[in-house]
Amino acid sequence: MTANPSASESFLPQQLRGSVPGLEVHDSPEQRAAYAYDGTATLRAEPAAVVFPVDTAQVSGVLKFAAARRIPVVTRGSGTGLSGGSVPVHGCLVLCLTKMNRIMEVDAENLTLLAEAGVVTADVAAAAAGVGLFYPPDPGSMKISTIGGNVAENSGGLRGLKYGVTRDYVMGLEVVLPDGEVMWTGNKCVKDVAGYTLRDLFIGSEGTLGIITKVLLKLIPPPAARKTMLAVYDNMENAAKTVSAIIKAKIIPCTLEFLDKVTINCVEDYAGIGLPREAEALLLIESDGHPAAVEEEAAAMAAIAKANGAGEVKIAATAEEAASLAAARRTAFSALARVGPTTILEDATVPRNRLPEMVRCIQETARRHNLKIGTFGHMGDGNLHPTFLTNEKNQEEMHRVELAMKEIFARAIELGGTITGEHGVGLAKKDFLPVAVGELNVGVMRSIKAAFDPQGILNPGKIFDPRP
Amino acid sequence: MSELSLKSLDYSVLQQCMHCGMCLPTCPTYDLTKLEKHSPRGRIALMRAIADDHLALGPAFGEEMSYCLGCLACETACPAGVDYAHLFEVARSDVEKSGVMANPVRSVVRTALLKILFTNPRLLRLVGRMLWLYQATGAQWLFRRLGLTRLLPTKLRELEPMTPVVLPKFSHQLIRPLEKPADGTRYRVGLLTGCVQDLVFADINRDTADVLLANGCEVVTPPVQPCCGSIHGHNGEHAVAQEMARRMIDLFDPFTFDAIISNAAGCGSHLKHYGRLLADDRDYAVRAREWDRKLKDINEWLVEIGFRVPASEAAESQKVTYHEACHLCHGQKITKQPREILRAIPGLELTELPESNWCCGSAGVYNITQPETAAILQERKVGKITTTGAAVVATCNPGCHLQLTNGLRAAGSAVRVTQPVSLLAQAYRADKPTGGN
Repeated sequence: MTANPSASESFLPQQLRGSVPGLEVHDSPEQRAAYAYDGTATLRAEPAAVVFPVDTAQVSGVLKFAAARRIPVVTRGSGTGLSGGSVPVHGCLVLCLTKMNRIMEVDAENLTLLAEAGVVTADVAAAAAGVGLFYPPDPGSMKISTIGGNVAENSGGLRGLKYGVTRDYVMGLEVVLPDGEVMWTGNKCVKDVAGYTLRDLFIGSEGTLGIITKVLLKLIPPPAARKTMLAVYDNMENAAKTVSAIIKAKIIPCTLEFLDKVTINCVEDYAGIGLPREAEALLLIESDGHPAAVEEEAAAMAAIAKANGAGEVKIAATAEEAASLAAARRTAFSALARVGPTTILEDATVPRNRLPEMVRCIQETARRHNLKIGTFGHMGDGNLHPTFLTNEKNQEEMHRVELAMKEIFARAIELGGTITGEHGVGLAKKDFLPVAVGELNVGVMRSIKAAFDPQGILNPGKIFDPRP
Repeated sequence: MSELSLKSLDYSVLQQCMHCGMCLPTCPTYDLTKLEKHSPRGRIALMRAIADDHLALGPAFGEEMSYCLGCLACETACPAGVDYAHLFEVARSDVEKSGVMANPVRSVVRTALLKILFTNPRLLRLVGRMLWLYQATGAQWLFRRLGLTRLLPTKLRELEPMTPVVLPKFSHQLIRPLEKPADGTRYRVGLLTGCVQDLVFADINRDTADVLLANGCEVVTPPVQPCCGSIHGHNGEHAVAQEMARRMIDLFDPFTFDAIISNAAGCGSHLKHYGRLLADDRDYAVRAREWDRKLKDINEWLVEIGFRVPASEAAESQKVTYHEACHLCHGQKITKQPREILRAIPGLELTELPESNWCCGSAGVYNITQPETAAILQERKVGKITTTGAAVVATCNPGCHLQLTNGLRAAGSAVRVTQPVSLLAQAYRADKPTGGN
C-alpha cells in the first residue's frame, strides 16, 4: 500500500481541527509556501497544511486522522536538514514540532536529560552545562536545529571524532507510530538487552518509521581543559596527510576540521576573524580533556602537522578566540553561498587513511568538469563536504554537477566509504543508496518500513521510493 | 498594475538565501511566533514564490511585510551575505504598487504623512511648532487631565501617551549655517539635522556640532534640510525616496566635503545607499556614489579621525549601558565606535546590556503600525536595561531614544536616556574651564 496524496485535496483543515482539539493548523497559501523547503538547495514542494502540535496527544491525534485517510505526513523541526529529508511531498501534512520545546528533566544523578523533540540543540547543551554536564554532539546548525531532527537524522558535528554522533547519546525515545499509538523505547539504564533495541531503529530513520516526540539523552562530565590550534597549509593533500598521521599516531583529538581556500575566504568575508586568506588549506584542531593530557596531545599534533608540511601552527590564545574559530567554522556551508547563487553540498565520507586520495579525487573532478567547488569538513571523521558553487538556472552546468557528484560518490564507495556521513539520504542521495549499500540492504530497509508503516504515510519517498 | 519589482529584480539576489536557517534565532518576530513566514528565511521564500509565480501577491503578504521590523538582525547573522534590506524595500514597494493593502483611511494617512508632511521640511516644522505650543501652553496637560483623550479613536488614544515632547528651539535656531572650530580647521563636514531629530532632539544636533567643532571640523548646517527619504524607502515609496535623495545631494555636494555626518542610525543606514537608489539616474549617479563614500555616522567619524579624549575627571562615577540601534549595528555594522566613545568619557563606567542588539520595537514607524509587537519588544528591552543597574542608557537613534524613554517611564524607572555624542559634548564642556586639550 502507498500513501494517497490525492486524498489531501479533499482534506479540510476544519475536519482536522475537529478531530484534534486545540490543534494549530495553517493552510493559507503563504503558510504553505513558507514550509515548502528545508535547508537543502533546489528542492521545493508545498504541503496541504502545516500543523503545530504542542504535546504527544496532539501528535497521536494527527496521525490517527492521517492514517484513516492515508494522508502523507512529513515531520519537521526547524527545517535545517541538508538532504531534503523534511521537504514536503506534494499535498502532505507537515507536522512541525517546534512548539514542543520543553526540557522536561535534567537528572544529575543518572546524567540524563529528557526533552521534547522541538527543543533547539543549543538549548539542550546549555541546560546540560547549567548543571555542570556536557552534551557533546554539535552539528553546524545547533543554534537552530531541533534535538528531534538531530535524532531522526543521526546528526554529527565538529566533535564526532572523539565523542561520536547523536546516536551515541540517545538512551530512550518516545515515538508516535503511524497509527497513532505512543511507544517508549529505552530508559535510563546503562545496560538493557530486553528484546530488540528498537530505539536504535528510529535514530537516523528520517521520519519514515515513527514520529519522535521525546528524547532521553545521555550527558557526560565536561572536559577540564581545551586547546585549539590552526595549522596552515599550502596544499590540500598535506592537510589530509596530517589527519591520517594523527590517527595513525593513536591520537584522538576532539576536533579535526578542514577548510580549503575557497571556504577560508568565504568564512573570513563573513566572520572577519583573521583567517589566513592565502592558505590553500587549514586544519582546525582541538584537544580536550585532562590539562596535562591536552598539553601533551597538542604538542604531539603540532609536531605531526609540521612534519606533514604545515607552514605554521597557531595556538588560540584565549577561550574566546578558540570559540570564535569553532563558530566561524560552523558558518562554512552558508558562507560558501557568497560565491554562487546555488550551493549543492555533498557529504562523502571515507576511511581516514584514504583521505588524501579522496581529496585529490574531488579536486580533479572539479577541474575535469570545469566546476567551482569549495570543500570543508570533519576530516578527522573522514567526512568531507565538497560543495558545488553553481546556479540552478544554468541547466548545462547543473548537468555537469550531477556527473561530478556521481563520480565523487563512486570514488568514495570504491575507497570503502559512504555517500553520506551525517546529512542523511532524504531526497538528495536517494538515487545513490542502492549502489552505496546494495539492493539486499535496501530490501531489508523496505521490509522494516513496511512493518512499521504498512500504509506508507510517513515521509513517503524519502531514503528510497515506496515499493511499487 | 505595473510589473512587480520582485519579478524584474536580479534573481541571484533572491537565490543568495540558501535557506540554511542561521537567521531564525536572531529574528524577533520568529522568536515571538515560531512561524516560518515570520522569519527572514520564510519572508524571502515568499518573495521568491511571488517572483516564480508560485504565489500571488495578496493582503497576507502585505501584512507580512508590515509585520517585519526591518531590524536587519538577519543580515548580521547571515553567513551567505543576503542583502535583506534591499529585498525588503523592493517587496514593500511592490506591496504599495499592487494596492493590496489600500483602504481609504490608510491612503489618506500615507499621503498626508509620507507624501506631504515628510517631503516638506517647513510644513513639518510648522506642525512641530504647533505641537510645541500645545505642549508648552499646558493645553496637552489640560487635555489629558480632563480625560479628553477618551474622545479620540481607540488607535489614536493608545498612541497619544507616546507623543514626543517637542523642544522650544529647532536645529536652525541652535546651529548657525557655518561654524568654524576655534583651533583651526582639519576637516569640512556637512551636518544632517534630520526630521524627528530636528523637532524633538535639536539639542542632540547642537551637541553633535559641538563635538565636531571640538575635533577640528568646520560644520556646514543648512537651516532648511529635506527629509533624507529613509521613511519613504522603508515604507515602499521608492520614487519619493529617490526624489528626496536628489534634493539632499543638491543641498550637500559630496565633492565639497570631507564627510557628511548623520547622527540618526535609521537615516544613516538609508543615506549610505543613495548610490544604489540613484544608480540609473544619469545626472546624479556619480554624485550619489561619492555621497555613499562621504556619509558617516557621527560615532564612526569621530573614531576614524581619532577624537580628542576629554581631560577632566567627573566628580562621581556613573554607570552607563548602551542599547544598539538596529540600523547602526545591523544596518551599518557600527558596534565598537559608540562603545569606544563611552569608554573614553571620564567618570562613565560602561556596563554591557544583555541582548544589546535586539530590536526595542521602535523600528521606524513600527510602534505605530504594529503597537502590540512593539510593546512586547519594548518591555523586553526595558527589563534588560533594568538588570544592568545603569543610571543612564545611551543609544544613537531618535526612534530608539523615544521608545526607551516611553518604556522606562511606563515602568516607573529612573534610568535616563541619552546618546553617546551628547555625553561626549557634556564632557568637553566640563573640561573647557581647565583648558584641557
